[in-house]
Amino acid sequence: MNLALKIVSAVAIALVTIPSVLYFTGTMAPETVKTIALVGTVVWFIATPLWMGRELPIDADNIEI
Amino acid sequence: MSDENSTEPETITSGEFERQPVPDSALLGAGKFWGMYAGEHAAGTEFMIGPLFLAAGASLSDLLLGLLLGNFLAVLTWRFLVTPIAIAKRMTLYYQLERIAGSGLVKLYNVVNGVLFCFLAGAMVTVSASAVGIPFGTMYEVPESTFALGSTDFTIIVILVGAVMAIIAAAGYQTVARVANIAAPWMIAIFAACGIVSLAQMDATSISALSKGEFWQNAIEVVQSKQGASQFGFWQIVVFAWLCNGAMHFGMADLSIFRFARSASSGWAPAIGMFLGHYMAWIAAALLLAAQIKLSQDVTANPGALAWGALGWTGIICVIIAGWTTANPTIYRAGLAFQGVFPKSPRVVMTLVAGAVATAAGAFPNLSAQLLGFVGTYGTVLGPMGAIIFVDFYFMKRFGMREEDAFHRGTSFNLAVLLAWVIPVALGLYLIFVPTSLFPEKLFAAYAVVPCWIASGVIYFALSLLMRDKSNLSTT
Repeated sequence: MNLALKIVSAVAIALVTIPSVLYFTGTMAPETVKTIALVGTVVWFIATPLWMGRELPIDADNIEI
Repeated sequence: MSDENSTEPETITSGEFERQPVPDSALLGAGKFWGMYAGEHAAGTEFMIGPLFLAAGASLSDLLLGLLLGNFLAVLTWRFLVTPIAIAKRMTLYYQLERIAGSGLVKLYNVVNGVLFCFLAGAMVTVSASAVGIPFGTMYEVPESTFALGSTDFTIIVILVGAVMAIIAAAGYQTVARVANIAAPWMIAIFAACGIVSLAQMDATSISALSKGEFWQNAIEVVQSKQGASQFGFWQIVVFAWLCNGAMHFGMADLSIFRFARSASSGWAPAIGMFLGHYMAWIAAALLLAAQIKLSQDVTANPGALAWGALGWTGIICVIIAGWTTANPTIYRAGLAFQGVFPKSPRVVMTLVAGAVATAAGAFPNLSAQLLGFVGTYGTVLGPMGAIIFVDFYFMKRFGMREEDAFHRGTSFNLAVLLAWVIPVALGLYLIFVPTSLFPEKLFAAYAVVPCWIASGVIYFALSLLMRDKSNLSTT
């Protein structure tokens, strides 16, 4: 189950990044990039919490700059 | 964690082993640290800092090489300054400092820390509000005066965003920390996508266009035609990249993390955070502004609008989450610091006070536009405490003095530490904020970090020698 969810998360990340590369190479329209990135984002935030983030890392309350 | 309504003050770090060395059974391998640091430095601040390099007039080659060198120096500092002490002592910064400086002085340090945290959180409120305002067509303007408000509707959004952040922070940091943990890989991917889309928007899609860098130079010319000429040279970039996390490495805040490290090799792990967050993400965020200038001649570094221009709603969501997940632990820890001063006040109330201060700071957009100066100031003020720990660890015993003096004398206020901290920091702040004949344009804040750190160490050592008495002998 976890493996399947991790694959879904990996696909979600690919949906966020690969369209921008296709736009860079001139093979995808910018509006399509934005739509697919949003789909990837929704999928990421649905799938990833199911396998990641239950245990807080030791730097969880640290300040980031 | 203690009860949410408890008036029992919590320590500033809320993990395990706060007042004892981390036992061998709790040590972590290097892989854990690489995983942690991978998401550690891709935060809301990156959306502000990247565009500020372009706005300040940094050339593309200086930026690429300067960030490379500066981040490398930062990694070396973590590895060779912080990690050896962390794995030898295995204590949090705060407990180690308490044993050297005394609990009273650590409270003072925490309050200073808390005030600085509020301003950092304020900048993140501004960042998130800039994104929330986009769907409503809210104007994001950076007034000339530092303490001038933006447009009325922007100020209202800041208040609403700040209130929500403060209430969530008052409930604790765990929930948001989980969101931050989950969002980190996605956020890094968003920064990368923003950079790639921005290059395409500027037609910088060939090797020759990328190597010529005309898209960057053109953007700088537009900025400078509107805002006047300015320069941000190679060494400024190097020193800024090296020392923007000065409080974490020179200031030893990350002792609290590396005390869990099984081996010193974990000290290399910040490299992944530096090169993803403070290299790729900064450059990507700067490219967002360059693309906006190319497309609309608009030089306003509005994080929400920049991300919207590249990735639409995904960009907006990213800016909001980045700002929120950065502001949340910042407000939470500022609340703990304030509670240390008023131990009978509930933590929830103190967190809401910290949130209110952060929201007030966030209402002044010019403050967040000065983030380059702020993080240098942050390192200048907090970094020197790391020099005290360094001197205590390496030199006290060697020169016949006692380590952890406050602990052994049972005092809550080590005067030598106070003077060694305040004198160099006061001088550094004076040079940063007041024009002098030596620095007519005022001192670039990041330049003050290392001199103040060295001066603090030297003063602490000299005062310890002068003030030592028979009880201050190396008998431990």
